[in-house]
Amino acid sequence: MSLPSAYTEAPVRRFNVGDRVAVKRSYPPGHRRTPHYIRGKRGVIERVCGAFANPEELAYGFDGEPKRVLYRVRFRQGEVWRDYAGPERDTLELEVYEHWLEPA
Amino acid sequence: MKPHDHSHDRSFDDGPASEYEIMSRAMQELLIERGVITAEEVRNRMEQFDADFPYRGPRVIAHAWTDRAFKARLLADGKRACAEFGIDLEADRLIAVENTPELHNVIVCTLCSCYPRALLGMPPTWYKSENYRRRVVREPRAVLAEFGTRLPEQVAVRVHDSNADMRYVVVPMRPAGTEGWSEDQLARIITRDSLVGVTLPKI
Repeated sequence: MSLPSAYTEAPVRRFNVGDRVAVKRSYPPGHRRTPHYIRGKRGVIERVCGAFANPEELAYGFDGEPKRVLYRVRFRQGEVWRDYAGPERDTLELEVYEHWLEPA
Repeated sequence: MKPHDHSHDRSFDDGPASEYEIMSRAMQELLIERGVITAEEVRNRMEQFDADFPYRGPRVIAHAWTDRAFKARLLADGKRACAEFGIDLEADRLIAVENTPELHNVIVCTLCSCYPRALLGMPPTWYKSENYRRRVVREPRAVLAEFGTRLPEQVAVRVHDSNADMRYVVVPMRPAGTEGWSEDQLARIITRDSLVGVTLPKI
């Protein structure tokens, strides 16, 4: 069976799997998909999810173009929470749009 | 109206009801009181939601347990593997994450209540609760323990925040003692909560 991949391709992108990145520490008003708790934290690109309509534009009735590359980013829990009580090996992953990421 | 013909399932949400929740309940009660809608219509609509989003996850996971190649395809591209199995996830892109002896996965949506509805149906109340969403990201082991899931230190816990365009499902480990079981038998022990990652399938 050869259905096309469910992922939307993102041939033009800034980061690749394994790249170290930091989430921007920025607090603009409005609809954002980058939770506050992850802003300013450093992680590693786990996968490239594809290019998706920008939800920060869709939320206000725009068409979401140009599409934004969406990444799955892996963080050590000890990086996310200063007082994390669990083992060092525990991790957290979430999705971050490219314009929220910087090289780290 | 009778005081208790709707549910108050707040078992995993110890905070007070939100403003929107109170407004929504007040609106529903008023509409029923004024005869605009009936409680039965509300119930029917909720049943319609369930019919629109059938609960099909256990079939997919049972198949993954018995067919190694299918499991590999499911982990590579969840939406495509489900389509192959006859399940159209529509808009949902699905990432299946596999539990192993070294790694346990658990899913949450901290921003709202994103959930793989096309595969698992409507989300349970606790999944949408502020308590679960706020705590499972920062103290996952304590929250899992409250679900009766105590994991040894050597098993890493990975929390997946379903905060944007992807949806997630956990592929639990097949319990020992299920060798030779049919997919139907296996599907019966694969609970919804085990596919979100808060419990483990048990015989």
